[in-house]
Amino acid sequence: MSSLVFLIPLALLLGGAALTAFLWSLRSGQYDDLDGAAERILLDDEKDRKP
Amino acid sequence: MSCCAPPMALDGAPDPSAAQQEIHLASRDLGNGLRQSDLAVPGLHCAACIRAVETGLARLPEVELVRVNLSTRRVAVQWRGSAAPELLTALAQLGYPGHLFESEAQEKDPESDRLIRALAVAGFCAMNIMLLSVSVWSGAEPETRRAFHWISGALALPCLIYSGRIFFASAWAVLRRGRTNMDVPISIGICLAFALSLYDTIHDGPHAYFDAATSLIFFLLIGRTLDHLMHEKARAAVRGLMRLAPRGATVLDADGSRTYLPLADVAPGMRIALTAGERVPVDGVVEEGASELDCAIATGESAPRPVSPGTAVQAGTLNLSGPLTIVATAKAESSFLAEMVRLMEAAEGGRARYRRIADRAAALYSPVVHATALLAFLGWIAAVGDWHRAITIAIAVLIITCPCALGLAVPIVQVVASRRLFEAGIMVKDGSAIERIAEIDTVAFDKTGTLTYGQPQLVDPASISAADLAIAASIARRSSHPLSRAIAAAAPEGGLTLADIREHPGLGVEAELDGHRYRLGRAEWALPDAADTQAGGTVLSRDGSLVTRFSFAETLRPQARAAIDALHARGFATVLLSGDRLAAVEPIAARLGIESVSAGLLPVGKVERLAALAAEGRKVLMVGDGLNDAPALAAAHASMAPASAADIGRNAADFVFLHDGLDAVPTAVAVARAAGRLVRQNFALAIIYNALALPVAIAGYVTPLVAALAMSLSSILVVANALRLDGGRAAAPAKPSPRPARGLAPAGQPSP
Repeated sequence: MSSLVFLIPLALLLGGAALTAFLWSLRSGQYDDLDGAAERILLDDEKDRKP
Repeated sequence: MSCCAPPMALDGAPDPSAAQQEIHLASRDLGNGLRQSDLAVPGLHCAACIRAVETGLARLPEVELVRVNLSTRRVAVQWRGSAAPELLTALAQLGYPGHLFESEAQEKDPESDRLIRALAVAGFCAMNIMLLSVSVWSGAEPETRRAFHWISGALALPCLIYSGRIFFASAWAVLRRGRTNMDVPISIGICLAFALSLYDTIHDGPHAYFDAATSLIFFLLIGRTLDHLMHEKARAAVRGLMRLAPRGATVLDADGSRTYLPLADVAPGMRIALTAGERVPVDGVVEEGASELDCAIATGESAPRPVSPGTAVQAGTLNLSGPLTIVATAKAESSFLAEMVRLMEAAEGGRARYRRIADRAAALYSPVVHATALLAFLGWIAAVGDWHRAITIAIAVLIITCPCALGLAVPIVQVVASRRLFEAGIMVKDGSAIERIAEIDTVAFDKTGTLTYGQPQLVDPASISAADLAIAASIARRSSHPLSRAIAAAAPEGGLTLADIREHPGLGVEAELDGHRYRLGRAEWALPDAADTQAGGTVLSRDGSLVTRFSFAETLRPQARAAIDALHARGFATVLLSGDRLAAVEPIAARLGIESVSAGLLPVGKVERLAALAAEGRKVLMVGDGLNDAPALAAAHASMAPASAADIGRNAADFVFLHDGLDAVPTAVAVARAAGRLVRQNFALAIIYNALALPVAIAGYVTPLVAALAMSLSSILVVANALRLDGGRAAAPAKPSPRPARGLAPAGQPSP
């Protein structure tokens, strides 16, 4: 029982953190272009390109 | 990256200044002189495309930021300055032709965000409560159980308020109008389960139904969110199609200067300059110039109509060959197009009266379930006289008779069906369209642009000598007239060098080759001396004497005959409703085997024909593309339009098909009918399941564990049944036709 006293709140806290992170990522438009995000990983950054 | 288009040369570019002003007109002001334009670019496929477009557009001096969205095939460009950058020209030069996208329509859809947020909260709460419930079911100490019930209650409250309000709001909206839908029993069940569980938690009872209440919300929200996202995707794909109606017009002032005005500011009496390739913005009269107008979209006529000073022109028609000056006779809101919108509003009604299957089911279901719960309550009061026991059992009846399976029965099937149709290039605008198209027994087709491309094709090119055809094709390539294009398409690119090429609007093209003067065009003009100018026709002449004659026929859409045959084989009646002349309609009807033909119909006439069919008790699917079809599309029981249709027709239709083939019609009907069967099966499953569970609930054996198991099992059963839908696969085309529909590429098409 005593272990539950901190384990349950901890579990809820972690779950809540994940929920908050998801809502934040949704609001900041990270799900707007899933196909594009998958393809953009193949592009070099302009500054990383060899001269 | 072989999928990407090579950069291409631009020919026949529209007047750049007008295009620039149109970009300016369609852009949004972001403040600080920064403006944003949104462009739909259907050709985007891969990382190389993203790079090419982003770096290519960023090179324009005015452009500050370019962002490609690959999922929606759209590009957002932020720019500053008084004149808009030449985005469309730049895009075309990069090899990715695009078109302007409505800026007001691209605002993010708030409903889907709301649903996803509600789903996330419900998922979090339901999963945590379920976690705690498992330990309660497996026999927790009374002290631990009590603590867990309190935590569950604290988690269930935000779920109920935040996620549940989607059901409450919808239930309240219909209850206020004295009707009922599926959300009413759902809301009552959820709220009562929560209230009883809270009461039991306070009084330290052994059972709490927090898990049942929250997982019910979670499951139902999954179905609802998927349904919404699927249709939103389809609607976005339709919105991304090219706009055919002009946004504004180049107005000539008295001093000869030109200004580009938005359509709403064009007043009667203004003189409007119209180049070849532009659509007539408002109704007017030709003041200067001669040309031919393509009326296919506006009236359904397939043959171009010659115009000269004094001819009245309708908004929406396309100027083909020469520049025109027209004087506006009506404002945009009282033009032909606006007339169509008024007719559409008048015609709508049959569709608004349609009640969704789920709502009809709920109207039968809720009285039965609520009466059963009440009887169980009264029965237990009479039998044992224990109030708490009786209320618990009544609520258990409400929870176990599972609005869950019923609430999922329809949306899940429709999500799967919409997905199948989306893959076949058919966009479904909403779920009720799938239900309505499954009921139809008659299919009405428009001719021009629907059964045919509305573009002519050269008849029997093999009978013309190859040398003559090559000369004709070389000359024809210099014109954008539909007949010229048909001739040009019939012969391969030749190496002939023409000199002194001149296009005479409304007459034809002339050019010089090897010292001879060739004329391609109307017989009266190309053969000035000839006595036998029999009924005009199109000819090629050398120095005024006849070389060869050309005759043309309309091109049928691919699979048109097969689609009509498939519809006949399944017992559908077909009707042809056309605005074109009977002489042009009848051969097409004969080729396709359509018996019932009405030609020369005005837009009102089409609506009246549909009303007459409806009065006979028929449910009609209207397939049409033109402005003149829009009222009929709105009036029919269900409607379909090709991607090349006029804007308002596309908006009025329930289904929009992106591939060229007419086989989309039988495919859509087949998938919708298969979906209808599965919905009925799902209802049957839910009812059988309820019949089994109800005695258990009334007898008082339902614990929270039984309720949770029963609910999950029934939902899985219904979802698994929905996934069996394969009507689309059986009837889907093997592959889309290689020819893109008038410069439009389907947004949902996978890259080759």
